[in-house]
Amino acid sequence: MEYKLPFRQYHKALMKNQLLGLKCGNCGAITCPPQMSCRNCSSYDLEVTQLSGSGKITTYTTIFVAPEGRETEAPYIIVMVELEEGPWIMGNLYDMAPERASMDLIGRPVTLGCRVFPGDRYSDGPMARPAFLFADNA
Amino acid sequence: MRKVAVVGTGHTEFGSELPKTEIELFCEAATEAMAECDLGPQQVQALFCGNVFGDFAEGQGMIQSFIANELGFHNVPATRFEGACASATVAIRDAFMWVASGFYDIVVVGGTEKATAMGTPLATRTFAMGAEAKYEFAPGLTFPGFFALLAHLYASTYNVPLEKLREQMSLVSVQSHYYGTKNPHAQFRHKEITPEQVSGGFTVASPLRLLDCCPFSDGAAVLVLASEEAAKKLTDKPVYITGLGQASSPRLSAQAPYLPRIRARELSVKQAYEMAGITPQDIDICELHDCFSIASIIAAENLGFAQAGEGGRLWENGDTKIGGKIPINISGGLKAKGHPIGATGASQTCEIVRQLRGDLADSGRQVAGAKTGLVDTLGGDGIIANLVLQAGW
Repeated sequence: MEYKLPFRQYHKALMKNQLLGLKCGNCGAITCPPQMSCRNCSSYDLEVTQLSGSGKITTYTTIFVAPEGRETEAPYIIVMVELEEGPWIMGNLYDMAPERASMDLIGRPVTLGCRVFPGDRYSDGPMARPAFLFADNA
Repeated sequence: MRKVAVVGTGHTEFGSELPKTEIELFCEAATEAMAECDLGPQQVQALFCGNVFGDFAEGQGMIQSFIANELGFHNVPATRFEGACASATVAIRDAFMWVASGFYDIVVVGGTEKATAMGTPLATRTFAMGAEAKYEFAPGLTFPGFFALLAHLYASTYNVPLEKLREQMSLVSVQSHYYGTKNPHAQFRHKEITPEQVSGGFTVASPLRLLDCCPFSDGAAVLVLASEEAAKKLTDKPVYITGLGQASSPRLSAQAPYLPRIRARELSVKQAYEMAGITPQDIDICELHDCFSIASIIAAENLGFAQAGEGGRLWENGDTKIGGKIPINISGGLKAKGHPIGATGASQTCEIVRQLRGDLADSGRQVAGAKTGLVDTLGGDGIIANLVLQAGW
């Protein structure tokens, strides 16, 4: 069975600031990032759909000790965002100084942006990642 | 299924930059375990070995068959288990199955690791390989970052002020270091710490400070498992594995909205309790996966020792100490004993077996009269394994 939304397709869309997900033909749930089965009911009956990229921050951390090859990125903020369509996804937040991140971030509305991790010696090529922006102080 | 007992235990020193190789460490722990039950190499029918980063640390893949050869288990089937930090517990679960089924009577199972040979930057990179590579490593997720996200989510979900959670997390590390001084194998056997040292350390991934995090470690731990019939000939104190559980999780973000509860752990430990026919109240001692201080608090809740959002009170009240309601990580835990990841599950199991046999009185960390123990191990984003062990004499 064809893998409906491969990483490369998701990656290319994200590079254009479009967040793709999968809509389940069985239960209607949205799955993002893509996977083979619906995250809710395990159905393989999925269709590619474009998501709003909007959501709210559910948790965060500022990383000070980075993995090998990514030391110059630190410190940086990682957030988990609950999308309007339901799923949670992981991304970064570059809209504030990383040292200032606090519990006040939780619940803040955000919109989608994108940055690219070029990959390292253990990666299979570049990887786009959501870089969220505050939606409430534009 | 036949009953399966642990009849021998071996445990090397855990530490940083140990001078021995992963194979040498495993061999030392294995021969200690075999000597406990007077077992010769010709009697061992299979080898099960947890090892995660041998490829990166020593350039040694497929370590299991070399170990079998070195130990004189010539030509026996040898299998490596890679389940990140849960590797050895998964190996023990599988070894149990082979003996319980009647296929083998006596097997050797354990794990070995030399994480410090990689150095901190490469180790941080390779440990992050236990997170999802495309969608969660791309934003720079590290393993401390995983539990740092859960710490803030925990404070928010249960309305625990972050300062309050911070204090509870510090108490977890302080207790582990206290008991670590009672464990001659512990990496930090000479280092007690204060809550102020934990809360004042440098930030690894907010809100986790250095002393909220377990160290990178080297070491090995090995067990001999035997069928009930074989065990009776090998030891007067067989410790039976009476419950097993294992469950998988998806990448961290896909575990929502269940988080900060780890659903896989709740399912895994339920399997183990049901198989043993016990409840959390029956556990006399627990070794749980305290890779980070917040991880202990979440684990204690998932395992049924506290309500969700109230795990930290166990440490505040001293319930987790010897003499408390549920003694936890009396070995010093991953935090103070050390966390050579491929060996950790075997180390936890070794500790519980020795507690149940009453071996630890001289060390000052014996839980008197313990008859039933629980092992809890978490691997990467995706694996939880649990074992219930019970004294069989």
